Amino acid sequence: MERLDELEAQSIFILREAFARLNKLALLWSLGKDSNVMIWLARKAFFGRVPFPAMHVDTGKKFPEMYAFRDRYAKEWGLDFIAEECPPIDAVDPSLPPAARSAARKTEGLKRALAKHGFDGVIAGIRRDEEPTRAKERVFSPRGAEGIWDVRDQPPEFWNHFNASPPPGAHLRIHPILHWTEADIWAYTRRENIPIIPLYLSQNGKRYRSLGDMDITFPVVSDATSIDEIIAELDSTKVPERSGRAMDHESEDAFERLRTAGYL
Amino acid sequence: MNVLVSPQAITNLQERQATRIVIVGDVDHGKSTLIGRLLYETGSLPDGKFESLKAMSARRGMPFEWSFLLDALQTERDQGITIDTSQIRFRTALRDFVLIDAPGHIEFLRNMITGAAQADAALLLIDAIEGVREQTRRHGYLLHLLGIRQAAVVINKMDKVGYSPERYREIADEIGAYLGALDIEPVAIVPISAREGDGITVKTPAIGWHEGPTVAEALDLFSVAPPLRDLDLRLPVQAVYKFDDRRIIAGRIESGRIAVGDEIVVQPGNKVARVKSIESWPVAREALAPSSLEAGRSVGVTLDRELFIERGQIIAPVSAPSPIVNGLRARVFWLHPTPLAAGTPVVLRSGTAEIRGHVSAIVEALDPADLQSAGVEAIGQNRIGEIDIVLARPAALDTFANNPLTGRFAIEVEGRIAGGGIAVELKPVARGNRARDAGELQSLAATLLPRLKEQTAAERLATLRQSIDGRIVFTTSFGIEDQAILHMIAKIGLDIDVVTLDTGRLFPQTYDLWAETERHFGLRIKAFYPRHDQLEALVERQGINGFYESREARQACCFVRKVEPLDRALANSEAWITGLRADQSANRGDMALISADKAHGLVKLSPLFDWSRDDVVAFIAANGIPVNALHDKGFASIGCAPCTRALRPGEPERAGRWWWEDETKKECGLHPGR
Ligand SMILES: Nc1nc2c(ncn2[C@@H]2O[C@H](COP(=O)(O)OP(=O)(O)OP(=O)(O)O)[C@@H](O)[C@H]2O)c(=O)[nH]1
Ligand code: SF4
Ligand SMILES: [Mg+2]
Repeated sequence: MERLDELEAQSIFILREAFARLNKLALLWSLGKDSNVMIWLARKAFFGRVPFPAMHVDTGKKFPEMYAFRDRYAKEWGLDFIAEECPPIDAVDPSLPPAARSAARKTEGLKRALAKHGFDGVIAGIRRDEEPTRAKERVFSPRGAEGIWDVRDQPPEFWNHFNASPPPGAHLRIHPILHWTEADIWAYTRRENIPIIPLYLSQNGKRYRSLGDMDITFPVVSDATSIDEIIAELDSTKVPERSGRAMDHESEDAFERLRTAGYL
Repeated sequence: MNVLVSPQAITNLQERQATRIVIVGDVDHGKSTLIGRLLYETGSLPDGKFESLKAMSARRGMPFEWSFLLDALQTERDQGITIDTSQIRFRTALRDFVLIDAPGHIEFLRNMITGAAQADAALLLIDAIEGVREQTRRHGYLLHLLGIRQAAVVINKMDKVGYSPERYREIADEIGAYLGALDIEPVAIVPISAREGDGITVKTPAIGWHEGPTVAEALDLFSVAPPLRDLDLRLPVQAVYKFDDRRIIAGRIESGRIAVGDEIVVQPGNKVARVKSIESWPVAREALAPSSLEAGRSVGVTLDRELFIERGQIIAPVSAPSPIVNGLRARVFWLHPTPLAAGTPVVLRSGTAEIRGHVSAIVEALDPADLQSAGVEAIGQNRIGEIDIVLARPAALDTFANNPLTGRFAIEVEGRIAGGGIAVELKPVARGNRARDAGELQSLAATLLPRLKEQTAAERLATLRQSIDGRIVFTTSFGIEDQAILHMIAKIGLDIDVVTLDTGRLFPQTYDLWAETERHFGLRIKAFYPRHDQLEALVERQGINGFYESREARQACCFVRKVEPLDRALANSEAWITGLRADQSANRGDMALISADKAHGLVKLSPLFDWSRDDVVAFIAANGIPVNALHDKGFASIGCAPCTRALRPGEPERAGRWWWEDETKKECGLHPGR
């Protein structure tokens, strides 16, 4: 079997398991390349129609291109679209370093959105190759009350049997593309002709590898103006994908702390 | 490596499948270190990583620690131990790999299994000083249980034994013999020092005497485990979607292939149909639409007739279905703190099916150190062994030898995965004992419901008897509801088997009433007893009144004394009559007048469903029916003597049962919620 077919089959299996076993699901749509692939996979899994809401937890600080993309494809893809806002930055622990504080604001926004809609499962497009604590994730990852990730006591998960009974007050994070790499995402985007936000392509010698909030996301030096060129570039680069994300780098455990507190 | 490759070459790179390799072995033998070092030597570390590892090590006052690459958690780094499994991508000129790091500490065995279960091949690592440890053997045995047949052994920390070929030979012989007994033939046994960098990508002079491959070369000897396309079709049903006018059956093909026109059978239930179409999105042009798909693919198919199919069933070729079984012998690993013992209720997750059952016997608990039996009492946490399982309803299963994917299962306890295993032997259902499937039961219940609703309790009993051919069982525990129902059955003279479950712990007054009831109605009530071997094991384990100790202990007692005998009492019957009333307790609030009991494969009728307690009391008085003498002393719902007390004024009826437990969790397992 071809590699992309295998990745796709596994992701579809996971999405269908989530839909079968949880009561109230939502897919977190961050508008980036990963969650767009995820929506595509969901449309494949359910034959064209995504049977749960796609939710954008909005910081209000995304790039204009991202909002334009969102408005267009929410309609074109027939999504049951929900936009939820994050609380103002003043409501977030001021002792955190600036980028982490920004991320914590997003965590809080997510927490409120979950409580408001009563979702017991959220589908998130994180990947193991992005960051070492994400590499330790389960496919079905239980979150305690307050969204806490108890990374020291994760349940066993094997042979495609997932733990899908979150205790009351808790929820599950479902990670259908955990096993994909950045290069896989692009190869699949190319094969399936999935639309992308133009910010990923090079303009004036720079492009974004990962899209987050405008104020804490930086472009990398690149001449890649097509997906083919992105793939060629990834094959030779050794610069990590999230190097342009400020919040990962404020201290050794910055990202772990964000994640155990409920960040994606 | 900064050469730009041609787009064609890149396409090929993208299509390479990654071989997944897990590194296992005892704690501290150097698994994470090996991965860090391997990535470094092959130039696979991202920019800045080496410097940040150096800084992390320095911050903790340690010499350079390669293990910090994968040990990403602060506690892992602070304590120098891997807690949870992790994965990292790694590529050579020819091949793509995923390296899976697994923790060695026995306390994290569940995480080791989580990682190793995803692997195509394994490196079993051994510390040259410590040699083959119990945990080394346990991991070796688990590779066997997980179906991983490709392996290499790596003997690490050779620097600490002066790179001694003698020490190498000694360990190689010992582990080789052990793995051989498990049918694992290592492709190589490689001496290395992960810390010093000997034998990983280069054969340094220190290990010049070694004739086999380096670690990197050994990796190249492994291949991706291919999908099982040559076995018979097995397609577990994940769901049936009816988003538009198509009824699409969705699932992933575990083995074999499926094509339009194939004659298939849906199991259990044995309904036959033909595959009408293979559905996909985006809708492909006619000519490009797939007409057949192979193992590994997630698919959607439609059938040529409208069958009632549901998640948990499995699609197989008519010519080669799975055996339908009601029991099996299995080799298992156990991860739950409560040991697995005879009588333990379990849920098996096989494919997409959730199959209820219980452990009927521990065949042996295995000591991995010498593969010898370690007694037959129970299988403790993080141990392995062989067990017999009895299923509550027939299921479609294969042996692991016939199909490694449908012959394995996870074991769930209270909604959390607690273990796993492989089926080594199946106990097929005797022919003629055809279980009704859930769809049939549900439609039977739905057809009868409107009529029953309008009827009196006695009419309900008669209607049920007229609507069903086979055996009908009424279970009585001599409560007032049961006595009222028995009166109706006896008065009309309905052909219904009256049975009771004698737990051995009933009140003397209940036994008196039992005898008096037989006299009164002039009939014999058939009694079912706990299995003596299970009861003896239970009392041995928890003591004679051990059920007061915990909810688990109480459920184990109820299981042996009531649930298992009930399964036998209901065997080969089509319907079950109970004395339940809707208002009896919080837990029973959502029960129904008539419903499909999928677990027992029958319909369940509760003719007094809509009666109040006062209605029952009035009926008993009007008809002069004998009742339990304890009712006069304030007892309402009467079960086992040690577990029933009188009610205080104003207490709800079931407050007198298992009064020391949480109200919402009180059911004994006879009438599970749904
Ligand atoms: N001298 C020497 N020390 C080593 C070698 N390989 C690893 N170590 C040290 O052994 C210790 C344990 O190494 P780890 O890689 O963390 O061991 P592990 O097998 O991953 O342990 P767990 O994951 O906790 O089971 C560390 O302090 C390493 O530096 C080696 O080849 N020689
Ligand atoms: S009710 Fe009490 S004595 Fe009776 S089976 Fe249950 S735990 Fe055992
Ligand atoms: Mg380790």
